[in-house]
Amino acid sequence: MALSLGTAAIVLVALLFELSRPWAAGALRSALAALHARQRAWLRGPAQIAYDPGRELRAEHRARELLRSCIDPEDWAMYRDLGFLRVWGTLGEGAGEGAAYAYLIYPHRPVVAFVPHSGLLLNEYCVAFPDDSRPYGSSRLPDSDDVLAKWMALTADERGLINDANMHLPGRQIDPDLIRRDLQRLAGWERRRAGRHAEGVRAG
Amino acid sequence: MKLLRLKPGHGEILLAEGDVEVPEQERELIEAFRRELDAGLWAAVPSASRDGRREAELVRSFDEVPRDAERVIFFPRAAGGAAPAAGGAHRTLS
Repeated sequence: MALSLGTAAIVLVALLFELSRPWAAGALRSALAALHARQRAWLRGPAQIAYDPGRELRAEHRARELLRSCIDPEDWAMYRDLGFLRVWGTLGEGAGEGAAYAYLIYPHRPVVAFVPHSGLLLNEYCVAFPDDSRPYGSSRLPDSDDVLAKWMALTADERGLINDANMHLPGRQIDPDLIRRDLQRLAGWERRRAGRHAEGVRAG
Repeated sequence: MKLLRLKPGHGEILLAEGDVEVPEQERELIEAFRRELDAGLWAAVPSASRDGRREAELVRSFDEVPRDAERVIFFPRAAGGAAPAAGGAHRTLS
């Protein structure tokens, strides 16, 4: 009796095992896939999972306010209206508007050196300010913070920034025609501002 | 005086704030300043030049920060574009 019951129990266990094997294999495969997905997500970093355009917009808004508070009001108006900043070079002859050369600062693009009175493009200086702590998965500062970092580094230590940068001929990363168009836009913008200023003086 | 740091995905964050004339607050400012410099960041003080135009000054120690500075801004060090240099300098495309 005991022998037959034991045999029946073994047969039952074997049957149950055979029946549940496909389900168990599937469950195991699912668990392994989930584990691998979690590992891949962890390697990518949490921010890429949780990219938030609203957060990036708020960051850029903050960055613009800080930039505005640091640079001259006219430079801020230039950046606001045209999307780039002009900084006069200080290592050549002349200063300010009489400087022998100047730079255009674009967000996340090379700094471009040019001759103001002829519009001749001199060089592109590739420079970035990567934050390796990657708080939200990216090392890129907000656009206006990148412009501020370039402006601070250029006005504080022009020679040091140029030495840190990789110098290329114009056209390596930014289309020279686009820069020439921007220089024309800048000239027009300055003429309009000068005209408005003159009108204001006459009216006042 | 405020110590600010430019941060991806956030804009600037306030690291520390205090009065340099109050010893305890100055100590906290100095500690925060050193922490950021040790982390490899640059520090700049926005200021005005003699001709009145705004500019920035890079500072390498808290002693170099003007006592009347309102803000010190920390930001990542500059890295040039293209391939890594032979000396191992960190370079990335801009």
